[in-house]
Amino acid sequence: MTNAKFEAPPKGGFSFDLCKRNEMLLNKGLKAPGFLKTGTTIVGLIFQDGVILGADTRATEGPIVADKNCEKIHYMAPNIYCCGAGTAADTEAVTDMVSSQLKLHRYHTGRESRVVTSLTLLKTHLFRYQGYVSAALVLGGVDITGPHLHTIYPHGSTDTLPFATMGSGSLAAMSVFESKFREGLSKEEGIKLVCEAISSGIFNDLGSGSNVDVCVITKGNVEYLRNHVEPNPRTYTSAKGCTFTKPTEVLSTKVSLREKKAEVNEGGDAMEE
Amino acid sequence: MDKNLDFNGPHSMGTTIVGVTYKDGVILGADSRTSTGVYVANRASDKITQLTDNVYVCRSGSAADSQIVSDYVRYFLHQHTIQLGQPATVKVAANLVRLLAYNNKDMLQTGMIVGGWDKYEGGKIYGIPLGGTVIEQPFAIGGSGSSYLYGFFDQAWKEGMTKDEAEDLVKKAVSLAIARDGASGGVVRTVVINKDGATRNFYPGDQLPLWHEELMPQNSLLDIWGAAASPEPMTTE
Repeated sequence: MTNAKFEAPPKGGFSFDLCKRNEMLLNKGLKAPGFLKTGTTIVGLIFQDGVILGADTRATEGPIVADKNCEKIHYMAPNIYCCGAGTAADTEAVTDMVSSQLKLHRYHTGRESRVVTSLTLLKTHLFRYQGYVSAALVLGGVDITGPHLHTIYPHGSTDTLPFATMGSGSLAAMSVFESKFREGLSKEEGIKLVCEAISSGIFNDLGSGSNVDVCVITKGNVEYLRNHVEPNPRTYTSAKGCTFTKPTEVLSTKVSLREKKAEVNEGGDAMEE
Repeated sequence: MDKNLDFNGPHSMGTTIVGVTYKDGVILGADSRTSTGVYVANRASDKITQLTDNVYVCRSGSAADSQIVSDYVRYFLHQHTIQLGQPATVKVAANLVRLLAYNNKDMLQTGMIVGGWDKYEGGKIYGIPLGGTVIEQPFAIGGSGSSYLYGFFDQAWKEGMTKDEAEDLVKKAVSLAIARDGASGGVVRTVVINKDGATRNFYPGDQLPLWHEELMPQNSLLDIWGAAASPEPMTTE
């Protein structure tokens, strides 16, 4: 990041020395332990009367699918939700933290949270950590000033867009939006397009998979459609379901007192020195 | 991994930004491409940011850095305007940008062009390049696309241009850079600032002049062939 020939001692702020050290060790061939990353497809669009967010539900740890049905659309405020891509711990932590700040801000002001407020809180935090908090977000909501959709990058830059995609599947999803998005979609058309974009991530991007989560935010109402589409059902389950041949044996249901209760002597002797 | 294919790298605005003074004020111009490596992360971004009613700034370099600097400067200028009881001057705005850019030069990768109008000095353009110096200029250019424009501006900029002449110059300059610089593209956005206030203008790609060997903008081949070809290629319905 720095372009200086020499490095002057910092006047304040955070020290990223250890990050540099780790980078050096990595270049020397150290194998660092991996984090749980959400190789992800997340999208959002503005429609006729609000915002629709969408996400896939695969969480990966390197080449391993760590969670086949995780939640990537996070709650920020009653009228604001946020999709997260990047390191799962970071997206979870940063959205939780800002969500809590927003609630305190609502108690303080007695007014509904605004999307720009969440945007500013998120971007200042991410900028402060110079990209090391690896959270790439799609923030959407409806407030007093109308529907809003933003993308936030790990380094703290933000964009304001009518339709947005993020994560490793963003290219697949963006190609769907670029060819089919138009202004003033109806709710049904919007949900359909979001599902199509996420599906294109699920099927064409290795980092994304499983189901489609959708969140429709309109003025005064939120519909969180968890697992709205399930294009990858489990193929190895029996349609008849599972029955165990014999029930689990219960050894004992009797509750017995293991120790005698301690007794308290009320109004005992006075303490002496 | 190939450095050019790093989608997770920081966002930077391989940019063309320009600012020119004319008879009654200034005109700022910019392209609209924001890229991450080889991916266009935003094809319609707005790189001309409002600081006050009468001062705007063109941003280039790291998107995160330039946004945070302009957010801080806007905040300080609002405070300053309230304390002063009158609009901040362009010089004050430029000096605040310089202050942040200079003091944090090790941390920041951003070049800016501040332009605006005030009652004391009229239309003014200030360039604030990477190191954090401030230069008052009759015209300023910045970003990766600016290398294609130095000669053009030396030849084409004239003292005391009219508004239309100046805006044509800005439009021409940005579209020339878009044609030659891969990191610049999209639409051309301009802001005209004079004593009557600021006006935003927007010129989509298909309304820009075509330069040497440029192709006319056209619709997708799928749309063109869709009706004629049979059976339809690559459709599901």
